[in-house]
Amino acid sequence: MSEKLLDIKNLKVQYKSGNVPVCAVNGIDLSLNKGETLGLVGETGAGKTTTALAILRLLPERTGLIPEGSITFDGQNLLEMSEEDMRTLIRGEKISMIFQDPMTSLNPVMTVGEQIAEAIEYHNSTREGEEKIPVDERVNEVLEMVGIPASRKDEYPHQFSGGMKQRVVIAMALACEPELLIADEPTTALDVTIQAQVLAMMSELRDKLGTAMILITHDLGIVASICDKVAIMYAGKIIEAGSLEDIYVSKEHHPYTVGLFGAIPNLKVETRRLSPIEGLMPDPSELPSGCYFHDRCPHCMEICKHEYPDVYTDGTHSIACHLFTKKGVQEDKDE
Amino acid sequence: MNKIEQTPLIEVRGLKKYFKKSGKTLHAVDDINLSIMPGTTLGVVGESGCGKSTLGRTILRLIKPTEGQILFEGEDITKVSEAQMRKYRQSMQIIFQDPYSSLNPRKSVAEIIATPLVVNHVCKNKAELRKRVKELMDTVGLADRLYNSYPHELDGGRRQRICIARALAINPKFIVCDEPVSALDVSIQAQILNLLMDLQDNMGLTYMFITHDLSVVKHISTEIMVMYMGNCVEKAPAKELFENPLHPYTKALLSAIPIPDISMRSKKIQPIRGEVASPIDPAPGCRFAPRCDFCRQDCTGSSIPLVEVSEGHFVACRLQEK
Repeated sequence: MSEKLLDIKNLKVQYKSGNVPVCAVNGIDLSLNKGETLGLVGETGAGKTTTALAILRLLPERTGLIPEGSITFDGQNLLEMSEEDMRTLIRGEKISMIFQDPMTSLNPVMTVGEQIAEAIEYHNSTREGEEKIPVDERVNEVLEMVGIPASRKDEYPHQFSGGMKQRVVIAMALACEPELLIADEPTTALDVTIQAQVLAMMSELRDKLGTAMILITHDLGIVASICDKVAIMYAGKIIEAGSLEDIYVSKEHHPYTVGLFGAIPNLKVETRRLSPIEGLMPDPSELPSGCYFHDRCPHCMEICKHEYPDVYTDGTHSIACHLFTKKGVQEDKDE
Repeated sequence: MNKIEQTPLIEVRGLKKYFKKSGKTLHAVDDINLSIMPGTTLGVVGESGCGKSTLGRTILRLIKPTEGQILFEGEDITKVSEAQMRKYRQSMQIIFQDPYSSLNPRKSVAEIIATPLVVNHVCKNKAELRKRVKELMDTVGLADRLYNSYPHELDGGRRQRICIARALAINPKFIVCDEPVSALDVSIQAQILNLLMDLQDNMGLTYMFITHDLSVVKHISTEIMVMYMGNCVEKAPAKELFENPLHPYTKALLSAIPIPDISMRSKKIQPIRGEVASPIDPAPGCRFAPRCDFCRQDCTGSSIPLVEVSEGHFVACRLQEK
């Protein structure tokens, strides 16, 4: 088996806000092997971005809090590392992140070449006695790699289109050849044809460089085209996870996953009405008792209202739902 | 359904909208012809900057057209005065893309929905107004308790419902939906799409549905028009367009949609190269030519007419000309 790169155990993240904590992430387990791509799927407010920020320890200092859990990357617990070590050894060097909006993640008063060089220079300066990366050559190399002529490195972000800016951001993230790339909705702000170009390029680069990737998205179509594994989040919990086959082919699903698929207009099948999930995601500062999904769930049972379900596993496929655990099944028969 | 006997609710002939800027001309909408039958939906698809929103707004005369005619129920509304236009505006409404910026943050839900009723003097007294607003809130699925809430207290889906209620307030016949679900999450998006379709069934509304999302447009439209840089490149009944796309741009758009099905994974995505060129003083000829894999010599130079290849299926491409 391939080597484990990232292992998250029982991670919880809360934000302080007034008197009640906002429970953004409520105990998730995730693992990722070297070179693998994980699709992290969920709606707005499901805790996807918070999870990513927790991995990079970029949560807001005063309000973000990790009360429990561990994040092991390459054998080290990131939550126990010093801020100094995070900066010099991890961020940009081993783990990079691409943010959703390329328009706001670039500095408008620096040329793109300078911005890419920044990360390389910083990590060069912290490497003592080791071989340094030649900055100029590397900048040219990564720009060509993402399909931008190196001659454009002296231009400013406003001279690039949205798709090109996102390419620059990807070049910056890959400049130090990280082992893990976290892409937070990298194509949401782009048009479909440009999205297809950027996705094709990202999967090509991933295969070439062997980078592991966590792709955060709400689009199940994108996941199907470039990921190896999928985890579906709802209200700060992973409610279903597995390989692509488990999620897209298997018959057993969490009711929320069924709802997500039902909400997408299908290009193949004629349906007059979509079957959306009624209601809204619960407020993370007032989470319901039992299963967080119970008040929207069409299969809600008595036990769902009181007890958070155990995880049912079948090979690589795991579902957190009483419909599949023994307890739920038994009670269902009793009723 | 006998099409010949009906007059289209909306008919547009040779509509052009050019924006002049420092001596140059931006061709936002260039020679568009379309007609929408009562009770049907025309889907307008295209990438950002293709002129689809400008087209929608020009049809409502929120923007003055440069050239061409707009007919509402057979009457030309291009030349009528602003005062006369008010009368027509009661039958034509618009729902905007962003429910966060299209609602006045200082007004309560009830006040927002009541505005068109007050402006058009629809209700005789306060009690009637109140009743009508509650009725509208019920129609779009907003709970009574939100009557005095403010937009910031509500999520995107509910805000979009307010926009829909406001558009419905004065019983319009025609609604331009300008990307009404793009800013919403998938599950909420499905709720709003269902609502729009139910309203159409119950009230016989006619929609022009502007979007960049092809799967949404297929779901809701009767007919679809694909736009590229201000031109209509292909127009066909929804089913026909998806089964038999003819223009290379339509094909590219269709193949670029990520499909949530892993059996399609083996099929490598072949994204079209390049990006949309500048719509400022474009060269004559096919505007998609620089990105097209099938570009021939006669694609540039002269403008390409929209030809009917099969019943109701129009395409502007040299490859389809006989």
